[in-house]
Amino acid sequence: MADVTLRKVRKAFGDLEIIRGVDLEVKDREFVVFVGPSGCGKSTLLRLIAGLEDITSGELWIDGELVNDLPPAKRGIAMVFQSYALYPHMTVYENMAFGLRLAKMPQAEIEQRVKKAAQILQMDHLLQRKPAEMSGGQRQRVAIGRAIVRDPKVFLFDEPLSNLDAALRVAMRIELANLHNDLNATMIYVTHDQVEAMTLADKIVVLQAGEVEQIGSPLELYHHPQNIFVAGFIGSPKMNFVDTVVRKVEAAGITVDLPSGGTARIPVEPGPARVGDKVTLGIRPEHMLEGGSPEAQITGEVMVVERLGGHTFLYIKVGRDLVVTVQAGGESDAGIGDTISIGLPVGEAHLFDQNGHAFRRTQAPAIASRRKESFVRREAEYSARTH
Amino acid sequence: MTSITVTDAATAARPETSRLTRSRVRWAWVFLTPLLIVMALVAGWPLGRTIYFSFTDARLSDMSNYGFVGLDNFYYLLIDDQWWRSVFNTVTFSVISVALETVLGMVVALIINANMPGRGLLRAAVLVPWAIPTVVSAKMWDWMFNDQFGVINHGLESLGLISAGIAWTADPTTAMGAMIMVDVWKTTPFMALLILAGLQLLPGEIYEAAHVDGASPITVFFKITLPLVMPAIMVAVIFRLLDALRIFDLMYVMTGTARETMSMSIYARQQLVEFSDVGFGSAASTLLFLIIALITVAYIVFGRVNLSGGK
Ligand SMILES: Nc1ncnc2c1ncn2[C@@H]1O[C@H](COP(=O)(O)OP(=O)(O)O)[C@@H](O)[C@H]1O
Ligand SMILES: [Mg+2]
Repeated sequence: MADVTLRKVRKAFGDLEIIRGVDLEVKDREFVVFVGPSGCGKSTLLRLIAGLEDITSGELWIDGELVNDLPPAKRGIAMVFQSYALYPHMTVYENMAFGLRLAKMPQAEIEQRVKKAAQILQMDHLLQRKPAEMSGGQRQRVAIGRAIVRDPKVFLFDEPLSNLDAALRVAMRIELANLHNDLNATMIYVTHDQVEAMTLADKIVVLQAGEVEQIGSPLELYHHPQNIFVAGFIGSPKMNFVDTVVRKVEAAGITVDLPSGGTARIPVEPGPARVGDKVTLGIRPEHMLEGGSPEAQITGEVMVVERLGGHTFLYIKVGRDLVVTVQAGGESDAGIGDTISIGLPVGEAHLFDQNGHAFRRTQAPAIASRRKESFVRREAEYSARTH
Repeated sequence: MTSITVTDAATAARPETSRLTRSRVRWAWVFLTPLLIVMALVAGWPLGRTIYFSFTDARLSDMSNYGFVGLDNFYYLLIDDQWWRSVFNTVTFSVISVALETVLGMVVALIINANMPGRGLLRAAVLVPWAIPTVVSAKMWDWMFNDQFGVINHGLESLGLISAGIAWTADPTTAMGAMIMVDVWKTTPFMALLILAGLQLLPGEIYEAAHVDGASPITVFFKITLPLVMPAIMVAVIFRLLDALRIFDLMYVMTGTARETMSMSIYARQQLVEFSDVGFGSAASTLLFLIIALITVAYIVFGRVNLSGGK
């Protein structure tokens, strides 16, 4: 039973404002991921919640209690640091027991909690080791174990997987997702890796320069990015952006020029758009069709071909200074220097106005509004308990 | 032709040492040899000569005529009360001053290590006593301790704490304390810097983890900082202990050869130079060397100090 609420939270270091008014509701048992480019203030925001930094202004509520002035140990949180931050001179057992001993917990209960956490994380055999005698993945487990034994209301993770190699990162990601289901705890997780964000989150908070760009479920952000920044940040490789001009405005959509001639009608709510407005057309590499399509297409010259086996990335030069990325099939036989046509399925396209705000898409797939199954279940439980 | 055959045979016999390894070993010796020669000349030779003379009755006035007296010098040394008094003085001085320097050095290091404005300046200022040559600072303190003109007596008198000037360095009951004070003043910065180097290696995130764990500043110090800088402290202490056990200059300037405060080094010098007894002085020096070696080895063994770095 722990929700976290931020109201107009600001943080300045001297004159420099790093967090510029963040409003956020984290529901009980929700897995929320802060994502954004390096230096955007993700860690700072997490440290504000942890109590490792003072909040300059605004309110922070954890589990119905205003905690602005509470020290970290009294906030009911546990934090897992990027560099693990284990005490090097203590064994795994002592590392996990340290906080409990300080809280004057009876010895028997400490032992029971540490044993249980060790079981959950399958590291019973490591309890007498020191951090220096373990691998990165094992240390990361200990750091997570140290958080689990505290039985916190909220888990805070700051890029916990970024020091692991790629294979281990995937394995730990799955373990974390399972852990979240097993512990039924509220978790706030910071990462710059949008794959981690997409796979782990019930709700993603996209941050840029200390401000929230968008909050939503992973698929919501993917299908309905509210602005160019989110559109470019979520999805890999990055969405292609093409600057163009409005030719016709109808209820059924906005018709724009295409870079290699012709027009396309993008099915969006037209809003206040007017003919002649400058707009940006966005389309993801995985939605482009090698070989063209009858709806709309663009033509260009293949500059680079990257074959990944399962699929092929084509970098195509269109006109003078536009390069678009296309995800083609693994068997694509496009070669460098070829001139090819790329189909542009208008239903998959995004359109942004001059200020970078998205026009609401009208043909996005139904999946866009689907929530994570585990989240839906938890939410039902949550409302059953509160009513 | 022959030499090649020999090399091949050797390689075949010991396949584990490759040509490259042997070439590395050869170059290591090439680089080490000059150092070993210099060490032998400046450390090995004098030490050997001192030990050699400790078995003779050589006198400073005529170093070419001497006879061997076996262990006589050591026998007379071991029954000399003054020698044992100087051993006691030296050990008392070393233990108390190194202990105080360690505690104060830790405090200074913690203050400098705390993130605060102007700590660069503080770090430089703290080094000043260490930078002054010992003889100069000893002379300076000697004046400050002077019974008639000294600023210390003047200060205490004007505060009404004492009625007449105390001859700090002349009075055996206060002289040792005064010298310990000067040594602490002078070498605390050295300790502080060595400990500071250890402190700065500690990762910052573990302090945040301790904060989240709810550790008070005092708990953090005793449960985290102290155990983690202990290796650095142990090494710093051994440096200082070696230094303090052969204390000479400070005592020589402040109390000369006063019997009550004499150190082992001063005793040995007095025998050898003032009394011209090279044999006996050498025996005292040799014993001094053995005592320091013994204390150091005991410290390393019982303190489990790792001098090669790491944990
Ligand atoms: N203690 C601090 N003092 C001054 N500036 C800081 C401090 N901590 C972080 N910053 C600045 O705040 C910005 C955001 O940092 P951070 O939250 O660590 O970014 P992220 O985790 O998103 O990469 C950075 O520009 C960083 O330099
Ligand atoms: Mg960060």
